[in-house]
Amino acid sequence: MQPVTKPQKNNNGRIPIIPRQTKTRMTIIVLVVVLLYAIAAFFTKAYPNRIITGFPHVIDFVKDDLFPPNWSYYKTVSTRLLETWNMALLSTTLATLFCLPFAFLMASNINTNKYVYSIVRFGMNVLRTIPELILALILVAVVGLGPLSGVGALFLFSLGILAKLLSESIESIDKGPLEAIRASGGNVFQVIRYGAMPQILPHFTSYSLYVLEINVRASVVLGFVGAGGIGQILRQQLNLFRFDNVATIIIMTFIAVTIIDMISTRIRERLV
Amino acid sequence: MIEFKNVSLTYPNGHQGLKNVNLKLNDGEFIVVVGLSGAGKSTLIRSINQLVKPTEGELIIDGENTLNFKEKQLRQLRTKIGMIFQNYNLVKRTSVLKNVLSGRLGHTGTIRSLLGLYPQEDVKLALESLDRVGIVEKAYIRADQLSGGQQQRVSIARALTQKPKVILADEPVASLDPPTSHIVMKDLKKINREDNITTLVNLHFIDMAMEYADRIIGMRAGEVVFDGPASSVTEKTFEEIYGRKIKEDDVLGGDEK
Amino acid sequence: MNLDKQYNIQRPDRTKYWMKFGFITFILATLYTIAFTTTDLSYSGSSLSAFDMFKRLFFDTFFDPVVHERIPQYIGYMFETLAIAFAGTMIGAILAIPIGFLAAKNMSGHFSSIGKGILNGIRAFPEILFAVIFVASVGMGPYAGVLAIGINSIGMLGKLYSEVIESIDMTVVEALKASGASRLQAMWFGVIPQVIPEFSSYAIYRFEIDVRASTVLGIVGAGGIGAPIILASNQRAWEQVGMMLIIIIVVVTIIDYLSAYIRKKIV
Ligand SMILES: Nc1ncnc2c1ncn2[C@@H]1O[C@H](COP(=O)(O)OP(=O)(O)OP(=O)(O)O)[C@@H](O)[C@H]1O
Ligand SMILES: [Mg+2]
Repeated sequence: MQPVTKPQKNNNGRIPIIPRQTKTRMTIIVLVVVLLYAIAAFFTKAYPNRIITGFPHVIDFVKDDLFPPNWSYYKTVSTRLLETWNMALLSTTLATLFCLPFAFLMASNINTNKYVYSIVRFGMNVLRTIPELILALILVAVVGLGPLSGVGALFLFSLGILAKLLSESIESIDKGPLEAIRASGGNVFQVIRYGAMPQILPHFTSYSLYVLEINVRASVVLGFVGAGGIGQILRQQLNLFRFDNVATIIIMTFIAVTIIDMISTRIRERLV
Repeated sequence: MIEFKNVSLTYPNGHQGLKNVNLKLNDGEFIVVVGLSGAGKSTLIRSINQLVKPTEGELIIDGENTLNFKEKQLRQLRTKIGMIFQNYNLVKRTSVLKNVLSGRLGHTGTIRSLLGLYPQEDVKLALESLDRVGIVEKAYIRADQLSGGQQQRVSIARALTQKPKVILADEPVASLDPPTSHIVMKDLKKINREDNITTLVNLHFIDMAMEYADRIIGMRAGEVVFDGPASSVTEKTFEEIYGRKIKEDDVLGGDEK
Repeated sequence: MNLDKQYNIQRPDRTKYWMKFGFITFILATLYTIAFTTTDLSYSGSSLSAFDMFKRLFFDTFFDPVVHERIPQYIGYMFETLAIAFAGTMIGAILAIPIGFLAAKNMSGHFSSIGKGILNGIRAFPEILFAVIFVASVGMGPYAGVLAIGINSIGMLGKLYSEVIESIDMTVVEALKASGASRLQAMWFGVIPQVIPEFSSYAIYRFEIDVRASTVLGIVGAGGIGAPIILASNQRAWEQVGMMLIIIIVVVTIIDYLSAYIRKKIV
């Protein structure tokens, strides 16, 4: 659009502070957002006032039902939390290993074949759109109940994220070293190993840890469809209305996630 | 009239920014403050609108000791003092006009201003100010799309829109090239003459100081070591203020007219 | 031949490096040993081969009469999912503003650690746990989902907002104060224009995440397309699951593209 330069006058002779076109555009944007929100609030019954009136209910629930937690339940919870962590760890490890070839194929500065590039990119994008829970659902049907399907689901889920993140940092690396190796007769694997890897290693490690954090959270959900971990007992206790046990699960999960996040963030800060 | 009476300023870390300063700044004067880096030029200028607050003495503006002012009075005082900064301090992402209008904030009620409802006279005033610094055609352009010199003129227009009695300029040309520096200084001088606005400018370059100032104040280590009409100043005076020989760096050069 | 001697090269001291290397290896070995010994990763058999599953999900689904009949219904569920995500993001994006300011060091000084603490607490809470709590306290349905999405978005957006605020140019605020503006005015005119583009960009980005998140909330009864998916999978109606999955993939992809496009325009 044309930038407005000269001060203009509108109908009633007033000088606008914001040029009319800009003002109209902003008004339209605001109206659209408000309208979308009105529709969304209508469908979900989450009107603005109910946002506020909802909270006393939450506080009542926490006070009356969740407290006091049943601490004697901690043993079961710990076993399941360990399982959750193991699922996250193993799936992240697998994703870390398998994402490398995909990431390089998704990086336009390494993979110069347009078709392969587009196909891999499209596949990984689709993978990232599938919610991890639905992946777990499908895997449970194929592999059977238990943590193995959880690991599989998280692996597929994080493969897409990791390949995407990594390919972006591959695309932003310094071209100099790559060209130098190519110029001295290196093949594509040598270019990757000696030109690209040293440059992306810190990012790679950092992203892997980040994905580990995501997977720890995601693995909480998987148990709901029978793919192992803490979610399995969470669903079970919810169905039994044993909110005291649910409280133990919530609190211990919160603590575990916080600790894992803290350690991971600390390491990531040191890396980059 | 602005009068410093035995004003001293100690920073929280114990550093003495001003030491027993006594000055009388007359209405309509164009005063240039010179001194080496760290001499206390900025401190002197900023203590007038209390961006830093002197810890001792009296600072009398129009007969009142401003150091006793409460928040509200202080804001009132600040509306009458325009300030120009080395780095322009504009909101880069908004239009030039909005930046200039923000000079009226102190005169506009909070609610009204938050809704962006400036009175029409203010908008006219803002455009007039822009016209006076010669960039009215840029009114609706985003500030970050202007050159440094143009941005500094926007910030002068912002100060003008305050209808100030005093303008403080802390190294207004330090980020500009020589020709642009002269344009900005000429704008300041013209406004000083036309509106009889007391103008206090910090400068690094002695030739510029001599060219534009009515009166020159020299500072060293927080003390005023020279105060006199520009006509009485020679290279020797600067050597005394700086406590060293004049170097090439101290002279800007460029357009002298 | 000893080259080091010949050229008089000092070998760098590598003990520290090896110690670190050994330590990390030890930790990793321990973690993996624990993982493989405590978790039963055996294959427990299944009713369906991977190939059959794939075929039913993504091929048979187009020829299933029940699926055809229910497509409008599925689209309705997807709309509900989007509505949950949108309303949740909106709440989160607005409430994150005051908390973001509270958590920004250049705005609230010492108090910023309070804001940071709140935000870290929220972010350590997996979404599903919020959903569980909200469903149990306000009842099943999308309303609980909106609350869960909303509060979770506050956690991430508040943190990102505070980082944006901490990176702005504070000299503008000083300039406005010098011209006699009140504190509120100086904030409104000096800070808000600088942060609005990034704030909106992050909110849109968060909407992408929230759309994905709200597809699974149905599992705890918090509305959206999650519940019918679980139902269909319990009935082994993989053709139906497949169609809903395709709808999710298409809608999420479209939203990702739109979001990236808008965000590029904003900043
Ligand atoms: N906020 C502060 N806290 C502590 N000391 C300060 C502060 N601001 C300035 N000072 C000190 O006060 C002295 C005078 O500073 P001032 O900024 O007034 O110098 P100046 O003459 O404007 O120098 P320049 O030409 O570099 O801008 C310097 O030694 C500086 O280190
Ligand atoms: Mg200074």
